[in-house]
Order: sequence, then structure tokens, then C-alpha cells
Amino acid sequence: MISVTRRYWFPAAHVLRSRALSEEENVSLYGKCANPNGHGHNYGLEVSVAGERDPRTGWIVPPETLDAIVRSRVLDRFDHRLLNEDPLFHDLVPSAENIAIVVYRELAAPLAKAGGGRLVRVAVIETPRNRFDYEETS
Amino acid sequence: MVRITRAIDFSASLHYRRPELSAAENRQLFGRAAMAHGHNYRLEVTLSGTPDPVSGMVLDLKQLKDLLEREVVARFDHRDLVADTPYFEKEVPTPENFAAVLYRLLEGALPRGMLAAIRLYQDPECFVDVTAPGPGA
Repeated sequence: MISVTRRYWFPAAHVLRSRALSEEENVSLYGKCANPNGHGHNYGLEVSVAGERDPRTGWIVPPETLDAIVRSRVLDRFDHRLLNEDPLFHDLVPSAENIAIVVYRELAAPLAKAGGGRLVRVAVIETPRNRFDYEETS
Repeated sequence: MVRITRAIDFSASLHYRRPELSAAENRQLFGRAAMAHGHNYRLEVTLSGTPDPVSGMVLDLKQLKDLLEREVVARFDHRDLVADTPYFEKEVPTPENFAAVLYRLLEGALPRGMLAAIRLYQDPECFVDVTAPGPGA
């Protein structure tokens, strides 16, 4: 199998708080990540697409196509924002795990529609020490 | 089963060009990649196997180092991928095509069944993975 991965960056803020938990429970579970005023990361996002190489261009997906989809679906939406204010995270804690899942689901359909390969993995790099990979088994 | 990965770095120049297209059409199709440019490539080569009961190794790393020097560095480092190598006469040197070439070269040079995967970084923000059984599968 062959896949191509491109990495993007978007600084964003988030607060780890669950509506299902009390104030005390949130603070106990999430610690300093529950600070109601938020905190932020330079999020790294890796998007991996697998498929056949176009015999003419040599690309699985034209990089500009991939970049445009990631920009319009994810970066324009999350870059320099408080993730908790996005409707996607209205009922979902914006943990890095959930960001990876949400981004995967935002990208899968437009990438399939663009025709160049299929999404196989989304990784969220929250800090240089923490990385979260999400794949969906077909 | 153990997997071992070794990385090498090399630099090369390239441009994308379909011979049947005019200069303007190539520029239209490939954008800035149609112009002469270069990359610092990093290649990670992953082997899998059972350690030899005597040596304790899947493959002697010295052997692997020499093999990567011969198969990859000697062929591509500080070369132009299009002008100085025979691999891109019919294909454009996208990272996908380059990774497929490297996978086949290494598959042919390593003991049968040992190559598990390669990852070719074109730059820190773009890489291609090829996993066994290979790029066409």
C-alpha cells in the first residue's frame, strides 16, 4: 500500500470540561486543563491519503486539492479559535482524541468526492510530546 | 518478529515535467513543482524478521548501512533526479513515485521478505509510506 501524508498547523485554544460532570468532577478529572479561561496549543495535523498514483501526474491526490480541503474544512474553522465554541464540540469535549475523530469525519467525504485516494489516517499532534492517531477500519 | 528502522538523509534536485506537454501546460498542471527545485529527503527503512539465534540481529546494521549507501545515497544524493538517474524518464518525481522507486530498489537488494515498509520525507511536512507488499498493491 502507498499513502501520502501532509502536515498542517493551527494554533487554537480549548478547555477540557464535560457537561456531564460537576465543577468538582471536571477539576478533579482534567486538572489544569479545565481552566475555564482556556489554554492553547500549536496543534499539528497529519492527514494521510492512500490510493493509486495517477499515471500522468504521479500524485495520489494533487497536493493543492488536499491542502484546499484541509484549509476549508478544518484550518479556516479551527485556526486561532476556541474549539469549545465550535458546534462540533457543543456536546463533545475537545480532547485531542476527539479532535482527531472530528477532523477525520470532516475530511473523509470531501476527499472521497475529490476522487484522489481515500482518507486512511488523521493524527493530532497536541504538543511535541503527545500525538494521537485515528484510523477507521473499513 | 522484530521491526528495525534505520534513517538516512540525502539531498537532490528535481522538477516535474510531462514530455508531451508544453512548458506552459506543465506549469499549469504542476505549479511551482514544474520549476527546478530541491529537497532534503529523509528515508526511513523498516525491516522485519526474527533475530538470528547466534548474532541476535535481524540484519547486521553495518550491512544495512552499506546497502543503503549503495542503493540510495550513491544513486540519488546530490544528483538531479530527472537528469542524473534513469528512474524518471516516464514518471514525474513526485514523492509518491520516488518512494515507489526506492521501495522496489530496496526490495530487490534486501533478503527476500525482509522489507516491511519505507517512509520517505520530502520535507518535514510531507511524507509517503509504502508498506509491504508494495506500492502497487
